Amino acid sequence: MSTVFLALQTNEETRPIIEAILQDNPNAVVDEQPAMVKINADGRLVVRRETIEEIIGREYDLQEMQVNMITMSGNLDQTDDEITLFWKS
Amino acid sequence: MQIDLRTVTIKPLRQTFDNIARRIGADKPASRYQEGTLDMQQEANYHYRPTWDPDHLIYDRDRTAIRMADWYSFKDPRQFYYGAYTLARAKQQDTAEANFDFVENRGLAATLPEDLRATVLQLLLPLRHVAWGANMNNAAVCAYGYGTAFTQPCIYQAMDQLGIAQYLTRVGLLLGDVEVLDTAKQSWMDDDTWQGLRRYVEDTMVLKDPFELFVAQNVALDGLLYPLVYETIIDDVLSAQGGTPVAMLTQFMTDWHAETRKWTDATMKTAAAESGDNKEVLGKWVTHWRDRAASALLPVARIAVGERSDELTAEVVQQFNARMAKAGVAL
Repeated sequence: MSTVFLALQTNEETRPIIEAILQDNPNAVVDEQPAMVKINADGRLVVRRETIEEIIGREYDLQEMQVNMITMSGNLDQTDDEITLFWKS
Repeated sequence: MQIDLRTVTIKPLRQTFDNIARRIGADKPASRYQEGTLDMQQEANYHYRPTWDPDHLIYDRDRTAIRMADWYSFKDPRQFYYGAYTLARAKQQDTAEANFDFVENRGLAATLPEDLRATVLQLLLPLRHVAWGANMNNAAVCAYGYGTAFTQPCIYQAMDQLGIAQYLTRVGLLLGDVEVLDTAKQSWMDDDTWQGLRRYVEDTMVLKDPFELFVAQNVALDGLLYPLVYETIIDDVLSAQGGTPVAMLTQFMTDWHAETRKWTDATMKTAAAESGDNKEVLGKWVTHWRDRAASALLPVARIAVGERSDELTAEVVQQFNARMAKAGVAL
């Protein structure tokens, strides 16, 4: 299986998002680079709104993440509740 | 000549302050909320006791009957520290200003039926004094409570209540003239309708136990007053009679209560889960202050909904009980 990834800026806003992604994706691997955090996962990566909301304690719109997103790879499926990265087989 | 640019990763030696690392582990960065809350209150090196209360330290765990092994186990789910709090409120202030402008510019206050306008003034304006009492009470909890995790949100709550009192004043000035404020003060001081609530507010002002004060003010009184007056009477009953502009003016109060409720619930849950003794004390306080608040609010609700006051208050009390049960407080 190929790797999908998501790269976010390293800042106060992305920290809870990264924490949430790691909670929801046990197979995700964090690669901390200067000013950037890259999260790699085999085949599939899910970002859940609910998990983020639980951590930050307020309502969250998944589109807010775009502000801090540097790049990503994989096919993207986005709903109000989840962003899923995957490779179509 | 050729210059090669190269990125060098500099790993920070420490992720956060030592006192915070001891609580959350040294390997991960702390959030601003954690850094602005944990262990903020001074704990040591008090040489002298306050002259105004020689039995206690300036910050003393024994001022309340609630016992906590660690007063920093409280967590504000909104994660408000000064920055986050002011940003959140500034945003809400913009919305509130826009709402006031909307109602003012379109002359919506003039479209209110005359009896509805009178009802709103009678019901809302004396609540300025309740909000002021809540401001004083929360400042007191902040002053005499123990641990920043518990006291910090209280001073925000105090400021919010002052803001609410100001919004209520503006509603009055928009719907009436300056004298409506005096009339409201008069009702607050002399009308039988308000004496129960006034007594409640004044009695809470002399409570010595900061946690009991927190329960009496933020849990019991606000927990019944806001759902009853703003969510039920203004947003439902009066809106159906053409009072939507008023609901716009009090939007902040409705949103604010939905937000602060998360914090009061989390605080109750943490304290009740700590020990059986805490649970028992909390249950006693909640029952006592809930019953007093409910009977004090009954005549107030009657101003707007008349005979239905009992039914609506009972409904609100029932929702309140369910909330407390969810927070783990046995009533």
